[in-house]
Amino acid sequence: MPEREITFAQAVREALAEEMRRDSHVCIFGEDVAEAGTPFKVLSGLVEEFGAKRVVDTPISEAGFTGVAVGAAMTGMRPVVDIMFGDFITLTMDQMVNQAAKVHYMSGGHWRVPMVMRTTLGATRRSAAQHSQSLHAWFSHVPGLKVVLPSTPYDAKGLLKTAIRDENPVIFFEDKMMYKLKGPVPEEDYTIPLGVADVKRAGDDITLVATSSMVQVALGAAILLEKEGISAEVVDPRTTWPLDEKTLIDSAKKTSRVIVLDEGYGRYGVTAELAAVIAEGAFYDLDAPVKRMGAMHVPIPFSPPLEDVTVPTEQTVFDAARQLCGKA
Amino acid sequence: MTTATSNPETSSAAATEKEKWLRAYRQMVSIRLFEEQVNEVYTRALMPGLAHLYSGEEAVAVGICEALRIDDYITSTHRGHGHCLAKGASPDRMFAELLGKEAGYCRGKGGSMHIADPATGNLGANAIVGGSVGIATGAAFSARALGTDRVAVCFFGEGALGQGSLYEAMNLAQLWKLPVIYVCENNLYNEYTHYTETTAGSILGRATAFGLEAASVDGQDVRAVNEVATRLVKRARSGAGPAFLQCDTYRYSGHHVGDINREYYRSKQEEQHWRTDRDPIKVLSKWLLEQGYADAAALDGITSEVRALMEAAVKFAIAAPYPGVDEVEKHVYA
Ligand SMILES: Cc1ncc(C[n+]2csc(CCOP(=O)(O)OP(=O)(O)O)c2C)c(N)n1
Ligand SMILES: [Mg+2]
Repeated sequence: MPEREITFAQAVREALAEEMRRDSHVCIFGEDVAEAGTPFKVLSGLVEEFGAKRVVDTPISEAGFTGVAVGAAMTGMRPVVDIMFGDFITLTMDQMVNQAAKVHYMSGGHWRVPMVMRTTLGATRRSAAQHSQSLHAWFSHVPGLKVVLPSTPYDAKGLLKTAIRDENPVIFFEDKMMYKLKGPVPEEDYTIPLGVADVKRAGDDITLVATSSMVQVALGAAILLEKEGISAEVVDPRTTWPLDEKTLIDSAKKTSRVIVLDEGYGRYGVTAELAAVIAEGAFYDLDAPVKRMGAMHVPIPFSPPLEDVTVPTEQTVFDAARQLCGKA
Repeated sequence: MTTATSNPETSSAAATEKEKWLRAYRQMVSIRLFEEQVNEVYTRALMPGLAHLYSGEEAVAVGICEALRIDDYITSTHRGHGHCLAKGASPDRMFAELLGKEAGYCRGKGGSMHIADPATGNLGANAIVGGSVGIATGAAFSARALGTDRVAVCFFGEGALGQGSLYEAMNLAQLWKLPVIYVCENNLYNEYTHYTETTAGSILGRATAFGLEAASVDGQDVRAVNEVATRLVKRARSGAGPAFLQCDTYRYSGHHVGDINREYYRSKQEEQHWRTDRDPIKVLSKWLLEQGYADAAALDGITSEVRALMEAAVKFAIAAPYPGVDEVEKHVYA
């Protein structure tokens, strides 16, 4: 019998539903999360099963309800907050960076903040500059936070379940363009540890380290490269923190060439950090400088032909990889 | 009720009343003398960082915390020593924290502005003005979701009235009828600026606009604070929803210990007026004497006992070891 396939959105919902059944302390806060099930319909059906006391519609107060989640997490609940668009994390920054991330440390280990923030990233949805950013690097920068970037329905379910069970604040970024992506997802309970990278495709000539939305792009580019006789390995760190440095470095040592792909801004971004980790760890095995590819350093434009050039595509990754392998 | 009575019920009520206000007196004196020691230790350059003293505001913390149970929650501020002590923290571990010692409440990693103590329901002092309104409101959410009757008190200075997060939290608390009480300690100054220069319109009006029960009280009168706090706590505990309490008070010292020359923002006469005519410890001691609950010698006795305790606490903290440097990477993650 073929494995069951569900969408990325369904996988997220299934993880939440399973964890809410397993643990009555798990609750959801967010705008239009109950009957509406969010604008992306990711949460539809949850309020019907768990009731409005656990799937809680909030006012449009990102700082307010994120703060409430921090306090609720400290005192026995396991809240999951829904920030409709990743761009709106700006409104929650004090609560996440100065409160959630520091409570455990500042209290000498006495208080804990077991909460999850789910939000989105990703451009090319024609949503313009305030609904298209990929700002996960900001949280990755802060000690005390963990950052998860699932790239498949399978990873989304397993990683979200782990995030909910984690004793720390975890931010879970979902690529909004990926919600309809289908993939095999077991019906049973399973978890994926945070901090373990996944080799999404094995290869010998070049490593494409890719996160979230860029994993599918890298896999597409790998097929194009194969036709050119270039064997690409695609490595997905799955979490920017904790970071599985070893898997990245081992792959770099094996192939000797690396491109790092991430949809956030490259400048002081996730690609910069991953490239540095690889350069430090695999320097003597590299045959070329580690190349970074991320969003262009512009606010995401609305006009489709403009927006499309702001993020890496299969074609641009293919071109860059060929060049790095000396085959351009 | 000044005359003694032979009715056993009334006399036991009077005994409890006496006990309660003598305890409150001791608590207020403890805070005052704790802060005196902080000032001393700070001035001797033994304390790193900044010290924001609570002296002058004792009746607020004590009046409120006397209305709470040990398992109720509080959140505190940069000017938080009084809140922590009133909620039951012990001075020796507090001093140890102030000096960055391992025996401190946060193993030395929080310091004066971040004392936290689960055993007394202290969710932590916050150095972000208004930073804890969400946390207190969230603790109230948990209390209700978990079916307990705990309440949460959020202490903040009137400076936090400028933070939008306060209004987001009050809106949520009222919508969800959460057992949280927002206690605004109006000591007239946001650092070096009079609050009337930063605060438009009405303070209580900001809370009543959301439908919160709102009151203001003389924050120098611990009995008055306690009376209204008791009512608001009972109300919140019974499920009737959140409240806002403005306590009018005054800080005797500078914004922090180093704030010495203050005449550019407030007059010496103003300071003198509060110290002489409105001192919360004097106000209570006068009443205790009038009631015959204590005589001057008994009150002096309390003061000397507390002083000895505070001196011992400081000695303990000075002698206590710093954390080992391997502590630096502990507790980043749970
Ligand atoms: C968000 C934020 N802004 C500014 C500061 C710097 N700051 C520390 S205390 C303070 C004044 C606070 O006044 P108030 O809230 O009335 O408390 P008080 O010191 O009078 O007790 C300021 C501006 C801060 N800690 N946090
Ligand atoms: Mg003030």
